[in-house]
Amino acid sequence: MQKLSGLSRVIIALCSLAIIASYFVPIWRIDLFAPQYPEGLMMNIWFHKLTGDVDIINGLNHYIGMKKISADMFPEFTYLIYVVAAFIIYGLLIAITGSRKLLFSYLVVSALGGVLAIYDFYQWTYDYGHHLSPDAPIQVPGMSYQPPIIGHKQLLNFDAFSMPDVGGYIVAGSVVIVGIVWFIEWRKHKKA
Amino acid sequence: MRQSELKTLSLLAIAFATTVFSCKPKNVSTTTSGDAAEKVYVAPGKYDEFYNFVSGGFSGQMTVYGIPSGRLFKVIPVFSVDPEKGYGYSEETKPMLNTSHGFVPWDDLHHIALSETDGIHDGRWAFANGNNTPRLARVDMKTFRTAEILEIPNSAGNHSSPFITENSEYVIAGTRFAVPMPDTDTDVPINTYKDNFKATISLISVDKESGKMNIAFQILLPGVDFDLARAGKGKSHGWFFVSCYNTERANTLLEVNSAKNDKDFIMAVNWKKAEEYVKAGKGIKKSVNYAHNTYDEHTHSATSVMEKEVIMLDPKDCPDMIYFMPCPKNPHGCDTDPTGEYIVGSGKLAAVIPVFSFTKMLDAIDKKTFEGNYAGIPVLKYDAVLHGEVKKPGLGPLHTEFDANGNAYTSMFVSSEVVKWRVSDLQVLDRVPTYYSVGHLSVPGGPTKKPWGKYLIAYNKITKDRYLPTGPELCQSAQLYDISGDKMKMILDFPTIGEPHYAEAIPADMVSKNSVKFFKIEESKHPYVTMGEKEAKVERKGNEVHVYMTAIRSHLTPDNIEGVKLGDIVYFHVTNLEQDWDVPHGFAIKGANNAELLVMPGETQTLAWKPEKVGVYPIYCTDFCSALHQEMQGYIRISAPNKNVPLQFSTGTNQPKFEEDKF
Repeated sequence: MQKLSGLSRVIIALCSLAIIASYFVPIWRIDLFAPQYPEGLMMNIWFHKLTGDVDIINGLNHYIGMKKISADMFPEFTYLIYVVAAFIIYGLLIAITGSRKLLFSYLVVSALGGVLAIYDFYQWTYDYGHHLSPDAPIQVPGMSYQPPIIGHKQLLNFDAFSMPDVGGYIVAGSVVIVGIVWFIEWRKHKKA
Repeated sequence: MRQSELKTLSLLAIAFATTVFSCKPKNVSTTTSGDAAEKVYVAPGKYDEFYNFVSGGFSGQMTVYGIPSGRLFKVIPVFSVDPEKGYGYSEETKPMLNTSHGFVPWDDLHHIALSETDGIHDGRWAFANGNNTPRLARVDMKTFRTAEILEIPNSAGNHSSPFITENSEYVIAGTRFAVPMPDTDTDVPINTYKDNFKATISLISVDKESGKMNIAFQILLPGVDFDLARAGKGKSHGWFFVSCYNTERANTLLEVNSAKNDKDFIMAVNWKKAEEYVKAGKGIKKSVNYAHNTYDEHTHSATSVMEKEVIMLDPKDCPDMIYFMPCPKNPHGCDTDPTGEYIVGSGKLAAVIPVFSFTKMLDAIDKKTFEGNYAGIPVLKYDAVLHGEVKKPGLGPLHTEFDANGNAYTSMFVSSEVVKWRVSDLQVLDRVPTYYSVGHLSVPGGPTKKPWGKYLIAYNKITKDRYLPTGPELCQSAQLYDISGDKMKMILDFPTIGEPHYAEAIPADMVSKNSVKFFKIEESKHPYVTMGEKEAKVERKGNEVHVYMTAIRSHLTPDNIEGVKLGDIVYFHVTNLEQDWDVPHGFAIKGANNAELLVMPGETQTLAWKPEKVGVYPIYCTDFCSALHQEMQGYIRISAPNKNVPLQFSTGTNQPKFEEDKF
């Protein structure tokens, strides 16, 4: 079976290495705006931690009986860094071996990983948004506070926005480029 | 009287009345320009161009306004207690108002000086003087709070203060009242003034980093009344100029007896020379007793230390340090222009405004062009030091500010107007009325080497018919003029807190960018801080009960306290656990002979309370902090000393014991 071209292998290697940068920047962000918070409150999600106005958001969330958000609640923060490392090595292996099969499986794994990550994010936000303390001072019948997976949602007086942060764009961009490489290689192979 | 005669007479009366009424001055509305509203309108949510730090006069406080809108942002408590903020009531702030006379809860705050670097505002500190019990205060422009208060010994009536040198090396304090010095016999007849009463000026050094003040030295002077002062700048850096009246040294009916001499003085002090004399050991150490109070933003507490010594220079031992320039008559304002070359003396009772030349002064000193001496201090010849006189400026000149284009603006108290004149040729260029009896003026950056210009604010003593009446006591006011064109134009008029004396204005972004939003709780060094609700507790130490209380939206911890006995003193140490901007919590208890606490995020403040009666007392948060602010409340139970109630405290757990017992 024909191996990947030299250029494709270099691009894949560079994309894999670029993902290293995402360790040093947040992956995802949730922004909250309200009349009395014109400057906005921000929560940044990294592979291994949470930053931003988490304490202030927790202070506000206690009114609606939401559980306290803290990094030690999420086991993901302990192993995500290794998963991503494995993923980087996976990409580098493709570049070294030039294996087309490996490249295809990489894209399949990426897609599955993406779906899994979104599902994981969904179930955490669902849990936080729905399992509210019965002693909450503010209880709005029928109201839940799950932030959007991506995009905008109105939660009482807050406008909540959920979107990738720098790290998220790096990871997604890298995978997309690798996908394009695969597509070009696939067409070339078909013609050949 | 015939009917025709009657007709003629009544016609005459109408004619007379019409003439009289038309003689009344034009309505004020004609004196503001058509586009005034546009110039002062700062739309909701928009920021002003300048901060205006204004003295509160007999309110004892400093106020902060926005220019050009005239909106009041804050009253900073300085020399007077402020129950609204707990200033002077909380255990942490009480030491700020300590003096050698004990706790003095009021003063008369007259002048403001903003710190400078290279003769330009640096936006770090605002200094203010206490006129009554001589004190000097430093306000931190990061927190808008009083950071330090220094009592001035060997002084009375600290009026000639707190003017500042171009690198904030020194702030001056000069005595308005001469008094017998405390190291001499002070129990003397008042009419021995000429023999026994002395005046002093003090130079207070300012630490470059911390801003901390220290009395570097004092100068012992004949018993005249020092009025106002300015530091030299640029070429005259190294000198202070101080106006003085009562060179007659009268001790009674000064309005007559101090107005006898045709000329009084502007005193020129070579402070660099004075520094040399201090270094050379020419100063005499004087035993004194004065309070030095500092507020620490880490312990969130003030401490008051009694200092015991100052260094005093006597001009007798220090030649070439002090000179008098004759100045007509009872001079008040004493202002140096942005170049530092010209010194404007404003003789309140004089018909001209004399302007002195620094270069000529140095020359006269060099050539010893003296007309004599006053109490041993050389008096320079008036003509030898004079740049010129502004002729027919108006009546009662008081204070002068400058713009960046070589113009001066002088307030005229008696004729209620501001007069614009050119410094170079002393020509009067324009005049506008004030409403009424203007005192100080402020041009943004006016006293510095770099006036920001654009506006002039006049501070008026009398408002009469300017606003809706409020009984016998009326407000004082400020009036804003646009000075960007050739003609001054009045564009706004707004009431002030207390009586405004001097004020300074500074571009907003020099200050706003440094404004502190909250205190980091983990950096708190307060001895009674409660770092989280789990640490909240109540401790008994003899008859003192210390409540380590936290406040966070929307509950106090603990909010149920029992086991406190009549005869105990309860100290509520309230820590605001919030770590966000604009979330203060207040704290108050029924019947406390005290004020509330207003606790900023991350701060701890203490209210001492001595309960007088057995019972249950409500406590609550006084600052509307959240949707559940009204629920932020609790109780403390005070029991008879012989009743055995154990000390206990909680939040959320002190529930009724047996629900079914009710049925």
